Amino acid sequence: MSAAPQKTKAGAEKIDVTVSAVVKLNALVTRFEFTRTDGKEFPPFSAGAHTVVEMNDDGRTRLNPYSLMSDPADPTIYAISVRRDDAGRGGSLFMHNNVNVGDRMTLSYPVNLFPLDLRGRKHVFLAGGIGITPFMAMIAHLERISAPWEMHYACRSKELGSYVDELTGKYPSKVHVYFDDQDQKLPLEDLLDGQPLGTHVYVCGPKGMINWVHSTAAAHGWPEEHVHSEEFLAPQPGKPFEVRLCKSDITIQVGENESLLEAIERCGVEAPFLCRGGACGQCETDVVEADGTFDHRDHWLDDEEHASGKKIMPCVSRFVGKTLVLDR
Amino acid sequence: MTIQFNKETFRDDYSFRNSDWAIKRFPFPFHEDSYMYSVNMEQHRGGPEGSVYEKRFDVDEHYVSEMQDRALVLADDPLRCQSLPHMTLAGWDTLELIMVSKSEDYPDLFELDRDGDRWRWINKPMGIDHTFTFLDETTLPCGPLEYITRQAQGDFAVLDQRNDMLYMDAGMVTTQADWSLDFDIGMDFFEWHAPVPLAHEMGIFKRALKFLLNIQQGAPARRLNWTMTVNPLLDTSPENYHKWGVQKATLTPDNIGAKQHLRVELQTFYRLPRSNALLFPIRCYLIAFQDIVTIPKWGRRLHRVVRDLPEELADYKGFIDNRPLMLDYLSKFDDGLPTSAGVWPDLDTEPPLSK
Repeated sequence: MSAAPQKTKAGAEKIDVTVSAVVKLNALVTRFEFTRTDGKEFPPFSAGAHTVVEMNDDGRTRLNPYSLMSDPADPTIYAISVRRDDAGRGGSLFMHNNVNVGDRMTLSYPVNLFPLDLRGRKHVFLAGGIGITPFMAMIAHLERISAPWEMHYACRSKELGSYVDELTGKYPSKVHVYFDDQDQKLPLEDLLDGQPLGTHVYVCGPKGMINWVHSTAAAHGWPEEHVHSEEFLAPQPGKPFEVRLCKSDITIQVGENESLLEAIERCGVEAPFLCRGGACGQCETDVVEADGTFDHRDHWLDDEEHASGKKIMPCVSRFVGKTLVLDR
Repeated sequence: MTIQFNKETFRDDYSFRNSDWAIKRFPFPFHEDSYMYSVNMEQHRGGPEGSVYEKRFDVDEHYVSEMQDRALVLADDPLRCQSLPHMTLAGWDTLELIMVSKSEDYPDLFELDRDGDRWRWINKPMGIDHTFTFLDETTLPCGPLEYITRQAQGDFAVLDQRNDMLYMDAGMVTTQADWSLDFDIGMDFFEWHAPVPLAHEMGIFKRALKFLLNIQQGAPARRLNWTMTVNPLLDTSPENYHKWGVQKATLTPDNIGAKQHLRVELQTFYRLPRSNALLFPIRCYLIAFQDIVTIPKWGRRLHRVVRDLPEELADYKGFIDNRPLMLDYLSKFDDGLPTSAGVWPDLDTEPPLSK
């Protein structure tokens, strides 16, 4: 090529932003709105995209992905909604406890791992809890182009149903809400039945719900390509372990409350990443040597690759054992 | 910089010419004295001043004449531009990207004034001054993809991304190296690359697909590809093979320097923001052998590359029959001296031909 190939940068391009609004929706969920610090417009984004929010937590960098939920046609703001996870590793708590209007933060450019299939004649959204967020942007987009859609939204209770009032108020005939505490169940089989040809289904919510939708749709003869899902995995804490990075020629310790990827970054080694949630494949790393058990938690590698012990996704997966050497 | 646009043709009398400026900035594709496939990607974020890599969409002295040639091709064969129904948003993405880039990169040639969705576009070289409503097709004379790519050099493939695969679902293809949009429309990445030899076995396409699926908004990429063309023809399509294929048999030792052209594609890759589709502009640059060899390093290197290229590739690229004739000509410009690394002409440091 024209010159020496350039190294791919870790992560997507970044945008400096200022927090313009913090809106508490209920006991668990808060919306954060951002404007660009340089006063320019945000790049347009496609519905379903997420951004990685960079947090400076007392010197420690936290990077969490959140779906963009603002109207993709509005270039003046980006908005996310964050569910507080008291048992998590602290990113959502930091957002809830430490982020205020006027704060400066850094967002990544939008990355879309959950796009609308624009061939769809109709789009059916199945949301569970905080899984509502990407659908807010999708609805705005489809309303703008007058494309048919409907939504089925399961949440714990009326009090914890983020955006329920807004959605049912604006789209009373299209949005159907089911409250767990009232024993209302999302009637999946019924609603899959009788959809017009060319309908696409999208599910975002807890793992159990995603699996349920995929298996039920398959059992009803839905083509696999018409059922779309997104589940962001937050890296789970685990026992500390030691890793040797052979290219960088260092040995590092992965703490209980950090991911392998975070430990690699903390030690000054640049590693590629995008979603930090086990879905995009960007951080895939070759295993040179391993004596122990992998704790694979990603959606990227297939079962065979997981069993082979030759690859690991350091953003979410861990390791228990004596020796782990990575090609990084 | 003000560009002097050539009056020239890419058919009939073939009056196409490269100026000295165009020769020196030609995207010579060989960074060493041999060639093999690779996923030779790099970021597309500018390049040396004046080079074809500097701007997002390079505009050069051939702009106006290339657009005239495109109009002629489309008049004969409207299927050179197609867009499946779900790709209209990607067409608007393409229009926005090209208008914004060109008006920022060439403010003396192009202007874009945006007042909400009401846009005014001025293309001075082509004498266009048009006001329209963004995302409203009824305000354009044709679809957004066709509208803007009638005003942008190079071919454009617009790839929809679904289920970890890319699909050739829209495009404007009139300056192609022997492939057909009408044939490939709707195909997936592996299907439309099926005819390419060797690369599949090397796992090139699997790796390339993975790379392309991960191209992100704000981070475009680029690579070069190349082939050979007899006469400066932009439209070397399968549809017109009966017209240009026979011209390959017209080469003689006397006319090869003027007739034989190295054809280089600057391929770029952009993630489109609103549709999440991938835009794949393929910009064709042509240069006659007699112009390449005015750069001593390029003359030496081109001889060695053509000489040592595997049979399968010379066959696939369509010049295996003419290779002996090419080598007779090019060997006169190879004195056996070593060449400097990289693609640049290095006119100040590389020695003149010593034979």
